[in-house]
Amino acid sequence: MPTPGPVAALTQALRADRGRILAALIARVRDFQLAEDALQDAAASALIHWTRSGAPDNPMAWLIRVAFRKAIDRLRRMQRDAAQTAALTVLARDEAEEEAQLITDERLRLIFTCCHPALDAKSRVALTLRTIAGLSTAEIARAFLDSEPTMAQRLTRAKTRLREAGIPFAVPDPEDWADRLQSVLAVVYLIFNAGYTAGPAEPRDLCAEAIFLARLLSDLRPGEAEVEGCLALMLLTHARAAARTDGAGATVPLAAQDHSLWDRAAVAEGLALIDTAMTRHTPGPYQTKAAIAACHVQGDTPDWPQIAALYASLLRLEPTAVVQLNHAVALAETGALGQALAMLADLAPVLQDYQPYHAALAEYLTRADSLDAARAAYDRAIALAASSADAAYLRSRRNLLPN
Amino acid sequence: MQYLALIYAAPENAPRYGTPEFSAMMAGYTSFTAELKARGAFVAGDGLKPVETATSVRLRGGKVETMDGPFAETKEHLGGYYLIEVPDLDAAIKVAAMIPTAGFGTIELRPVMVY
Repeated sequence: MPTPGPVAALTQALRADRGRILAALIARVRDFQLAEDALQDAAASALIHWTRSGAPDNPMAWLIRVAFRKAIDRLRRMQRDAAQTAALTVLARDEAEEEAQLITDERLRLIFTCCHPALDAKSRVALTLRTIAGLSTAEIARAFLDSEPTMAQRLTRAKTRLREAGIPFAVPDPEDWADRLQSVLAVVYLIFNAGYTAGPAEPRDLCAEAIFLARLLSDLRPGEAEVEGCLALMLLTHARAAARTDGAGATVPLAAQDHSLWDRAAVAEGLALIDTAMTRHTPGPYQTKAAIAACHVQGDTPDWPQIAALYASLLRLEPTAVVQLNHAVALAETGALGQALAMLADLAPVLQDYQPYHAALAEYLTRADSLDAARAAYDRAIALAASSADAAYLRSRRNLLPN
Repeated sequence: MQYLALIYAAPENAPRYGTPEFSAMMAGYTSFTAELKARGAFVAGDGLKPVETATSVRLRGGKVETMDGPFAETKEHLGGYYLIEVPDLDAAIKVAAMIPTAGFGTIELRPVMVY
């Protein structure tokens, strides 16, 4: 096999292993910014050395070793913390001797640090995408409709806060594990949802990034039912991506989707994962949501009574208005239209700016023959639609109403 | 790391002096402080007299100006502090959550600067 050129080898290592390299560096120097700067120094140095004498056998190990020395150089120049510099210098000497055969994967600690609840939610998402998934600041800014300088500033502030506030680079204690894992999964799922809302037009598929992160979590910490549940939920949702929009770019609702467009392998993997998760007997919100998603992809029509029951149990774990809305929808589909409309009426004040609420309301008002109210609900839903695909679908529904 | 835990509460939310709730809170502070000392996390800590006793001081144009009351107008007042020594923010948050006032007020954690 021909060896790749030095530039290709460097690009490849930085793309595939950036998260692992950064995690290894942060574990040693305990400073995100310093680690990133040192990695940049090491990359520049790699171009010179690898061009001269070829890429090393293990580019990742080379980059970690050199970046670590660059970090110590930077600390010396800053003369910020003499004691820390001295300690790191000793560590660097020890490591050089063992020649970094075995590099511990520190990414689990990195993930928990990036998703620490002492950072605000948007910074957790941005830091995770930048550090672990390796997205550029520009890509993250684009995905979250921020300008690049604003996003760069947010990332810098978050990194400073990690260092200055004393947020540990650590996996949480067993007593905090469940809560902190939910905080991590919330970040992963937010990333997935951002991708789902944006649709396939974005250059970086955030749904795929979120699935990558959940897989990584599952590899680093096998046997966690909620991680499996979250991964299953995303796979089962993403499996339907190709069927979600029609040729004209309008959203196609689940009931009308062409099942042959679904990604069968992803469905099978999702279903197997949720089965495995359930055998662990540690229920949680992601497993329940995955079980609901599973009901939507099995059989010719969804099992609505089962879905309604699952939403009722999800309400106990997550008593939010959005879950109540979904519960009402499931009940309406079982035939309990009157009960569902009464529940929807109660939710009006909380969900008045939530597009799916008005879309659901319009649908069930139509079924109940309240056509004027249905029309008004469609108008509101169209005004609130986040994507042109959703707006197109809602307009087509509204046009079906008799005059 | 050292953190200063600043204890804030709105006076109307705090238990009234002389009620059983007040006694329970004070007992809570006594056992919390003892626990902190037993762990070796206690550096210092005190309660403060109410804001009505506060004096704000500033030097302007070489002249000392004084004012009644605290510098910032907020609903929650600074009522006391602990200076703690713990490994990291996670440990500091655990300690802060044990402060009795956390149940009805706010504890602000500030890392102490190292020069």
